[in-house]
Amino acid sequence: MAEFAYEPEPDVALAPGERAEGIAGQSPWHIAARRLARNRVAVAGLVLFLLIVAVSFAAPLYADYVADTNPFASNLSGTTIVDGKRVEVIQSGGGKLGLGEVPIGPTWQRNFFVGADNQGRDVAARVLYGGRSSLLIGIGSALIACFLATIVGLIAGFYRGATDSILSRVMDLIWAFPVYLLAICLSTVLLTQGLKWGPIDIDPSSLWLPTLIIGVIYVPYVMRPIRGQVLSVREKEFVEAAIAQGSSNWRLIFSEVLPNVATAVIVLLPLMIATTILTEAALSYLSIGVQPPKASWGTIIQDGQSLLYTRPWVAVAPGIMIVLTVLSLNLLGDGVRDALDPRARIRLRK
Amino acid sequence: MIHASRLTIAGSVLALALLAAGCGGGEKKSATTTTEAGGKGGTMTTVANAAPSGSPDPAINYTLQEWQFLIMTHDGLTAFKRVGGKGGTELVPDLAEAIPKPTDGGKTYTFTLRKNIKFADGTVVKPSDFTRTFERMFKLHGPTTGTFYNVLVGADACLKNAATCDLSQGVVADDSANTVTFHLTTGDPEWLFKLGLPFAFVLPKSTPDKEVNIPPAGTGPYKFAEYNPNKQIKLVRNTYFKEWSKDAQPEGNPDVILQKFGLSAEAETTQVQNGQADWTFDLPPADRLPEISEKYADQVHINPLTAIHYIAMNVRIPPFNNLKARQAVNYATDHNALVKIYGGPKLAQPTCQILPPNFPGYQPYCPYTKNPGSGKWTAPDMAKAQQLMTESGVKGQEVSVVTDTIEQDKSYGLYFVDLLNQLGFKAKLKALSPDLQYPYCQNSKNKVQFCWSTWYQDYPAASDFINVLLGCDSYNPNSNASPNIAEYCVKSTQDKIDQALQKGITDPTAANKQWAQIDKLLVDQAVWVPMFNPKLIDFVSTRVKGYQFSPQWYFLLDQASVEG
Repeated sequence: MAEFAYEPEPDVALAPGERAEGIAGQSPWHIAARRLARNRVAVAGLVLFLLIVAVSFAAPLYADYVADTNPFASNLSGTTIVDGKRVEVIQSGGGKLGLGEVPIGPTWQRNFFVGADNQGRDVAARVLYGGRSSLLIGIGSALIACFLATIVGLIAGFYRGATDSILSRVMDLIWAFPVYLLAICLSTVLLTQGLKWGPIDIDPSSLWLPTLIIGVIYVPYVMRPIRGQVLSVREKEFVEAAIAQGSSNWRLIFSEVLPNVATAVIVLLPLMIATTILTEAALSYLSIGVQPPKASWGTIIQDGQSLLYTRPWVAVAPGIMIVLTVLSLNLLGDGVRDALDPRARIRLRK
Repeated sequence: MIHASRLTIAGSVLALALLAAGCGGGEKKSATTTTEAGGKGGTMTTVANAAPSGSPDPAINYTLQEWQFLIMTHDGLTAFKRVGGKGGTELVPDLAEAIPKPTDGGKTYTFTLRKNIKFADGTVVKPSDFTRTFERMFKLHGPTTGTFYNVLVGADACLKNAATCDLSQGVVADDSANTVTFHLTTGDPEWLFKLGLPFAFVLPKSTPDKEVNIPPAGTGPYKFAEYNPNKQIKLVRNTYFKEWSKDAQPEGNPDVILQKFGLSAEAETTQVQNGQADWTFDLPPADRLPEISEKYADQVHINPLTAIHYIAMNVRIPPFNNLKARQAVNYATDHNALVKIYGGPKLAQPTCQILPPNFPGYQPYCPYTKNPGSGKWTAPDMAKAQQLMTESGVKGQEVSVVTDTIEQDKSYGLYFVDLLNQLGFKAKLKALSPDLQYPYCQNSKNKVQFCWSTWYQDYPAASDFINVLLGCDSYNPNSNASPNIAEYCVKSTQDKIDQALQKGITDPTAANKQWAQIDKLLVDQAVWVPMFNPKLIDFVSTRVKGYQFSPQWYFLLDQASVEG
């Protein structure tokens, strides 16, 4: 088995609070896990993220047992109980002329905790359901981007030469397009008829469509650092030794090179998830991501745009969720990088 | 009339009538209040989310948004009196010296033109220009050639072969005698109205026989200086204009009239509040109405409209080629919910039928409600709807609900998506840009199943709703100019329509009874889901003086003045 590149060298400092004898003989993954566990900020980020995932996936429970609502059905003529009184969810406006209809505002109670949108739907329940869509798309597309980028980066970096040139130029071509414009173009085209390619048949309203689009457009961004890592690892002595022993190329790639670039992918993953969640929110806000009546944080922000003056919580609530999710992932990502990055060398204090 | 794509949205559009200057106080203003006009000059800046839907060509465009400009730049032989209030539906001579009485059993109208009226390009209007204008209308497959103007002698041949359209027998021009004579195949009690619509506004001979990107020179007090659907419309004064009839075509007050595009309804409302714009064509979002009602009441006018918001269901393709499916949707629709989206019961009234209240031929009728019999809608009947759905056998079929992207209109779409899903369909929303949605729905090759739309009267006649929107001649397959979005064409119904049209020549009262029966028949066929009859709110800035609302053309932009 190849030696892990993170094995501390005599002149490399330990992490704060770490003792050399404490990590002697331990696997690099164990060392990294311990470092991560000691990083309170990263742990807080992880806990926050897991909490957001948990509450989002508990959306059906909230809708059924707490709010008692169907967050996808129009509720324009509905009523609810606030402070013991039955009130309309969509209420008549006042003023001298008595014009307009405004959704109920935050009740801070079980029903309509942060109010209703212009279809009379419970915003809090929609925000939780929206979290499911946004997280599924964000995590799914990040995994797709990392998976494809790893494959492409491994092949390009290992084989080099013409293979590397061709693959790198293809990635450059995708990278040349501003990522949001490319996503908008692809979404606009595919949302009309869906994606039909051979055995693949994806409905326009499926969450797979934005997941695939966002995953593909970010492949170049992940592929480049991985390719660089592969180029570096390929020159290591243990790889040369494996070549001398007659290992096939595929065995070299998957047994020698991949384990040593995996850390780069792991470092990038949480940061990519944050990026893809933001991209999904942007596309859905522009009505070319998640399609109504399905909810995502981006669609709810768009619903709230026309209510900013009277019911700002409709847009603010999903915005807060996006901020917290991205923040938690960034904190986690920084912590993972500090724990795993083999180039984070510190002088040993003697 | 016109599919007022914005105007419908307009339901919400609180066009703030600039009453403040004339009326003062915070009192609720009458819809037809006319305030004292100010002086001439200045630039009136109006805003709209997008340009008028479809082609800007006067022979084709069928939107109120564009027509509000065309009446300032072009003229026909007749015109609706350019005043606010009830007088605005009165027909007066425009380019003609007088309105003639028909001869030959109502089939011949001879007009004498006023002399020395010039187009904005300096050329003098001649009778032969009218022949050319009408032939061009057919060559461009105008949306009403098959309904309004098919009574002209020679029109049948033009409808069959537009490229070689020859109306020299139907529109006889005598340049030396300065007369234009129309020969009709049958008497038409609405002919004079139709001559006052922008389709019949005269165009110069130099206008090409293809769609133009900017309306050509006209005879009105203004001309189009710019028509950029991505930016703005700009009207400037026509230097060749000399007022010949204050009733038909008065001189305008502002020097320049702009309509800028690209803002959301929210932003437009804010611009009017801040004085950055003088009027918004679009309706303010419903959530701004209470604020406007409270703080800007002096700038608000509420006007009743002979108009309708409706859903057209395509009767030729599944699932709505099934009568029970269509009736089920009608039974299930909660009209109060739709009224709430529009802005509340003070701004709209639920309806179940084609004709609007107080319209010729209107008799209250609503079978699609709980406890029918009163003629009024009271509540949805979901049980009946579900029963019909089960009987129809169309559950599980996919339906695409087409609206435009303006918040309010999309809200209607979301409501109906949810409703259709409750009924057992698999519905999804397809929201298109406002300037694309109406032509998209009209074109049969797009196979639109369920389309939101609106209609505002062209003139006060039942045929303007029933024949234009549901007559066989309004169904033009594979054309963007096919107002019969439901694609409904049944011979027996068309025969009844034709009989009512004929009856109207001699006995309008009896004809209106026939129209009422046709309205009832169409409701029973559930070709539409009629939603509500809207009122219009005009929200204008404090700069605007002299607000006038015409029942025909709504806010008369050029008859108002702008201060500062």
